[in-house]
Amino acid sequence: MSATMEPTSDLLGARGPLDQDWRKVINYGLLTALVLMFISLANMPVGLDSRKIIEPLLSMGYISLLWVPAALGYAVTSEKVLEGMVAHKKGARELVAGLIVGLIGGGGLGLLIVLIDNFDLRDPLVNWSPQLLALLTFDEGIGYGVGFWLMAGAALGLFGGAAHVVSATVRKVVAAAILWILAFSVFETVISDISEGIQLEWLADELYYVRGGLSQQGAVGVAVVGILFALFGREHVREAKQSFQSLEGEKRTRANAIMLGSCVVATIVLPMVLGRITNELLANVGLFVLLALGLNIVVGLAGILDLGYVAFFAVGGYTTAILTSSNRGESWPDWMPHTHWFVALIVVVVFAALSGLFIGAPVIRMRGDYLAIVTLGFGEIIRLLFLSDWLGGFTGGAQGVTNIPGVDLGFVEVKGTDPRAIFYLVAVFCAFAIYVSWRLEKSRIGRAWMAIREDESVAEAMGINTVNAKLLAFVVGAVLAAFSGAIFAAKVGSVFPTSFIILVSIVILVVVIVGGMGNIYGVIAGAAVLIGVLGGPKQPGLLAEFSEFKLLIYGALLIWMMLKRPEGLVPNVRRSRELHQEEFLQDAWLKGHVDTDDQDELGDEGGVAPA
Amino acid sequence: MSGERLLTIKNLSVTFGGLHALKDLNFHVDEGEIVSVIGPNGAGKTTFFNMISGMVTPTAGDIIFRGESLLGLDPNQVTARGIARTFQNVRLFANMTILENVMVAQHCRTKQGLWGSLFNTASFKKEEEEIREWGEHVLGFFGSRLIGYRLEQPASVLSYANRRRLEIARSMATKPTVILLDEPVAGMNPKETEELTGLIGKLRSEWGFTIVMIEHDMKVVRDVSDRVVVLDHGETIAQGSYEEVSTNPEVIEAYLGRPAEEAS
Repeated sequence: MSATMEPTSDLLGARGPLDQDWRKVINYGLLTALVLMFISLANMPVGLDSRKIIEPLLSMGYISLLWVPAALGYAVTSEKVLEGMVAHKKGARELVAGLIVGLIGGGGLGLLIVLIDNFDLRDPLVNWSPQLLALLTFDEGIGYGVGFWLMAGAALGLFGGAAHVVSATVRKVVAAAILWILAFSVFETVISDISEGIQLEWLADELYYVRGGLSQQGAVGVAVVGILFALFGREHVREAKQSFQSLEGEKRTRANAIMLGSCVVATIVLPMVLGRITNELLANVGLFVLLALGLNIVVGLAGILDLGYVAFFAVGGYTTAILTSSNRGESWPDWMPHTHWFVALIVVVVFAALSGLFIGAPVIRMRGDYLAIVTLGFGEIIRLLFLSDWLGGFTGGAQGVTNIPGVDLGFVEVKGTDPRAIFYLVAVFCAFAIYVSWRLEKSRIGRAWMAIREDESVAEAMGINTVNAKLLAFVVGAVLAAFSGAIFAAKVGSVFPTSFIILVSIVILVVVIVGGMGNIYGVIAGAAVLIGVLGGPKQPGLLAEFSEFKLLIYGALLIWMMLKRPEGLVPNVRRSRELHQEEFLQDAWLKGHVDTDDQDELGDEGGVAPA
Repeated sequence: MSGERLLTIKNLSVTFGGLHALKDLNFHVDEGEIVSVIGPNGAGKTTFFNMISGMVTPTAGDIIFRGESLLGLDPNQVTARGIARTFQNVRLFANMTILENVMVAQHCRTKQGLWGSLFNTASFKKEEEEIREWGEHVLGFFGSRLIGYRLEQPASVLSYANRRRLEIARSMATKPTVILLDEPVAGMNPKETEELTGLIGKLRSEWGFTIVMIEHDMKVVRDVSDRVVVLDHGETIAQGSYEEVSTNPEVIEAYLGRPAEEAS
């Protein structure tokens, strides 16, 4: 068993530079060319050009192209080394493959330049534009553009291939520099906000160019810090993490309490040093965290794929709106009071639970795909009801309900114009949702949900009333979504049927899947990445320029995640076990955790304790 | 040895389309009995179990358990009445831990809901403790195989034989009166089979369970059963002690076919 455990000791010799899997290399090259052309014609280079990474050298627009040859140049020679397999030594072969892939890709883009210059296909392809041509040729003529992309493609492909060849340290240094520059560029608003908030304006002024983008000296500085951290800091972080994980018993509890405390403090302090826009962003992230935590109970724990989750968000929003607004539909009788937000909240809970039961009861006996389709339908039905003429007198139809007041806490009114206050309000509800998820997950109810997710008919045969358990999951999820809707109404000040389109359901589901289904931290991470950085269905994120491409990127991200990391960013242990059953079992076997029947034959009652 | 009549099955029939999976079946189990159901493949044995446990609804006939009909009850209600089962193709909750597998099976014997879970009330803690204890208690029935460090491991790491054991433990955890074992020793080696045969006896003598068992291994059937029921083509063709049944010409015919001179 241990002979094959040292993967580096006996590598096969390097293969010759021309000993390629030519078919694969050409395929990857063509793929690179196709992806580059697609991105160009999807208008990403032009649309994202205004977002600078390093002023004036590099914009997000160019980044959208440059990563492709590098990534595919790397991927073309990556091979999966399984246990017991021996890897080849890396060398010139990898470089050549990367180079060819990049060259073909660059050639594809060159071809596109020539085509755009000579033909006009603007009619079907709206982005077949002079701007694109200008951007791709740097206004220097066709020859320059084609030559540049050929060379750039080749260089980047080579760069990607080189990642296999160079030593781990070099790889670490380069990766750190790139990641840190990108991160500082993406989080520009947050970082300059924080540095202003803590009276360090000069830092932001040094780092960033006036109209956005890292300054050149800023980029160099960030890269240096990143490299230093990668070389010297990361070890310490890893050690700290390990020593934290190795804590046990009382110490662990105390360490957890400290971690939790610092999270709470950060949640309270951070918004104080942040500006309006960033706080607005945080508030949006919070709303989606709340929604995603609710959906996580339904999908992640109980395994009910609900595609109409937005319905409960809408119920929460509309209930709050109608009860608090001074401008609700005309059909309401005069005696219907205009209540305070908190009074409305109680009604919201009741209504959300009822709608959860109402929608849940008919669909809950279905399973799998059928259930997903029916919930999808119900999600739309609820929206159309709010939009309909039939209920128009009550819900305002397409005009929606406006003039929704904020939440009057006596000393302060929490409303949309004060995103910081909204964020605090959302944070309180998120904390509640996290507590609920955490408690339920390890209770009798949570176990029943898990059993249903694993095998519904066996769960039922083991005495679990699956209808009740699933309904309960539906109702708990519905109430959390309705909370989010209630805050949403108070924040925006108005609700319209268009605020509750099906896209919202899909985005929440994507947040849960990308973040890590069944894991509270995962869901929060997913919301932060997707809603915070890319933006929600209607809310801009940190990369506001991405709004046009948001769905494209969501889709691409989802596909990539499904292929490479189906368990999500921060996976739930069980789920990743389920998805990587074979790897997991092999791993367990290596550690001596899997039992075999042999020991029984030897009459060994106890089995072998793990090493 | 036999006590009062526990389970009576009267004229039970089920048809899938035009196929009679079970035809006019009569059957009974007394308290403390171990009854084996045998028969060639496709005889309707598993359908018979599915019907008792409520997973399949019979087209005619009645199932009476402790004087009350089980017809129309959902599987979870049948389990709550005291009939637990295992499955022919082991169906554990593979990604839940071994302890969780037996804890979740006590669902219908416990009652803490949303309130207790959210506020971690004293009664919630007490019940969790009891669930855990009972879970470890039933796992302990199989020696040290399923307890200790294994408790927190997912069921998927278990060996085949241990999965079968865990399934039996899971059915025991539901605190049943009757356990339906669907081929409990299938896939086990002779030594494991022998051991499990002993344990099935103990399930009755030490735990007081009544057992109905489908089994193909005739040695196991002979060693543990008080009574053997033979099914073929959905009908009971013989009933009685192992000796009676094993010499019954109809049974031999069902298993081996007709002697050559008669068939031609």
